[in-house]
Amino acid sequence: MEKFVSVTSIATPFPRVNVDTDIIIPAKHLKSIKRTGFGEHAFETVRYNADGSRIENNVFDGPKYKGAKILIAGDNFGCGSSREHAPWAIAELGYRCIIAPSFADIFAGNCVKNGILTVALSQDEVDALVLAAEAGHEIHVNLNDQTVTCQNAKYEFDFNPAHKEMLLNGLDEIGQTLQAASVIKGYEDKQKLMTPWLFRG
Amino acid sequence: MPKTMYDKIWDHHVVEDRGNGVALLYIDRHLVHEVTSPQAFDGLRAAGRPVHRVDSIIAVPDHNVPTKDRDKPNPDPMSTAQLTALEQNAKEFGLDYIDMTDDRQGIVHVVGPEQGFTQPGVTLVCGDSHTSTHGAFGALAFGIGTSEVEHVLATQTLELKKSKNMRVTVTGELPKGCSAKDVTMAIIGAIGTGGGTAHVIEYAGPVIEALSMEGRMTLCNMSIEAGARAGLVAPDEKTFNYLKGRPYAPKGGQWEAAVNYWKSLKSDDGAVFDKEITIDGSAIVPLVTWGTSPEDVVPVTANVPGPDDFKDPAKREAVEKALDYMGYPAGTPMTGFKIDRVFIGSCTNSRIEDMREAASIIKGRKVADHIIEAMIVPGSGLVKLQAEEEGLDKIFTEAGFEWRDPGCSMCLAMNPDKAGPGEHVASTSNRNFVGRQGPGARTHLVSPAMAAAAAIAGHFVDVRNF
Repeated sequence: MEKFVSVTSIATPFPRVNVDTDIIIPAKHLKSIKRTGFGEHAFETVRYNADGSRIENNVFDGPKYKGAKILIAGDNFGCGSSREHAPWAIAELGYRCIIAPSFADIFAGNCVKNGILTVALSQDEVDALVLAAEAGHEIHVNLNDQTVTCQNAKYEFDFNPAHKEMLLNGLDEIGQTLQAASVIKGYEDKQKLMTPWLFRG
Repeated sequence: MPKTMYDKIWDHHVVEDRGNGVALLYIDRHLVHEVTSPQAFDGLRAAGRPVHRVDSIIAVPDHNVPTKDRDKPNPDPMSTAQLTALEQNAKEFGLDYIDMTDDRQGIVHVVGPEQGFTQPGVTLVCGDSHTSTHGAFGALAFGIGTSEVEHVLATQTLELKKSKNMRVTVTGELPKGCSAKDVTMAIIGAIGTGGGTAHVIEYAGPVIEALSMEGRMTLCNMSIEAGARAGLVAPDEKTFNYLKGRPYAPKGGQWEAAVNYWKSLKSDDGAVFDKEITIDGSAIVPLVTWGTSPEDVVPVTANVPGPDDFKDPAKREAVEKALDYMGYPAGTPMTGFKIDRVFIGSCTNSRIEDMREAASIIKGRKVADHIIEAMIVPGSGLVKLQAEEEGLDKIFTEAGFEWRDPGCSMCLAMNPDKAGPGEHVASTSNRNFVGRQGPGARTHLVSPAMAAAAAIAGHFVDVRNF
């Protein structure tokens, strides 16, 4: 997994509330058996007209926010389906960090697995960052200090310490867990006696 | 200290406490379908890792299976590739696999309970957010992403932060003409799509206790639409009676031991919940969604609201966008526009009780002439067989409904079952998101009875007077 330590970039403002994973990547594009190729369909209804033509100056393709690595989003971002295709698609658009008042639980978990940092700030702080993004100011996000800075403003955010360690070090989570294989085995041996009906053979 | 049901199940499954509420949690059961698993199996192969416990898994295709002409070649090569990948992965890793020609095939969240695979007190995961359905049995069940699917396949665990406890109590008695779908929609309408975020919801109270297992599954299914990763209902005699004798259920002497264990799971008296909500169940009425979020709920007797009905500026803007997408102005009566298409199915409402509820409205009537298509998609082959044994299929087809093969179908339109741009769909599914049932399609979430009545009348009607 790609490490995340810090990012400095202009940001794309997209503060719509309740953006669901069907908006991020519609179900009809989930038929690939690969992890790539979802970026071109990301936010399809925001970027393309019904006839397939590009919506001019949409925030994702227009020149104003080109190269942005930070997405400023609205409350309850990523609600709906558990599809990891959503963070895969967002990563392909070049984003490494999403800032919003809140995130859906499954979506936020999926982001961590893909080296994307989700930062939850208060609505007022996010509103201020939307204005800063629209004005073209750079935003600096630092996971070590758990801070977001923009011009003279500095905001602190909470983050799950286990996820922080994973992101900072770009750890292979399965490899990490398998180091506890004997503890897992011990748990299973106990459970075979406690709830034997959950085991076969 | 008194514990909630969620506390008990969590504590039983902690393999290793990692501090700050984070634990390595053991996963007992894993349902696998074709859309969110191929990349996980690829990951295992690339790292040369085996599946840790094959007896914890059922694999079954559901999301993009066709619901008719299954004897003919699938016209969609990408869908075929995904279905083939699931079959090959199941064979290669030695998993229990139910193929499309098997009577047991269906939507994962219908199949799990039907096979007795879903049981009280287990942790159950699936790469699908509606895994919350299984909480109806008192299982801690939640949706996961593909990386987590791979993690569970390889290690039988997940590293998780414990959620907070929330209890939703539904008092009184559910009025005639309302069902579990109206209960869950009433709850989401009241608390919003973020109301349960970071919480596990336990449902309690006389209305919940009176629900059948099917109704409890409908209720827990839509917990995720309230933002909660999981919902729970305390197991009781109904739960035990439902499970007894099913293929994966405990057998022989183990049955008694299991039931004793299951009885110990309910929340202790005096257990403290971080958040408590009470809903007056007697005041629930048949509900319909008017917008593009499951919280956009109104009684069928009401009108479409407008931006001025909301205080929050972001919600006002969302309401304007939703009205534009739905193609009607604020103030339109919910009974005052045509329905173009009807879908009765999905992991929310495709079980035998839902089929019976729809049939009770449809019997002896005809689908309105202008309806483009009215489709009933049973949740599994076993539901289909049961419905046919009861003669329900005849009631449906004589009225002009299509009677299809089981799958997720038009809930998310990954297979050929889609609605066209601008069409209003009366749907028993769980999400009215923009484009969910096809680009430009306008979804209205309702109960099976309300969807059936809309098909007959051609517009929404108050099913209490129908």
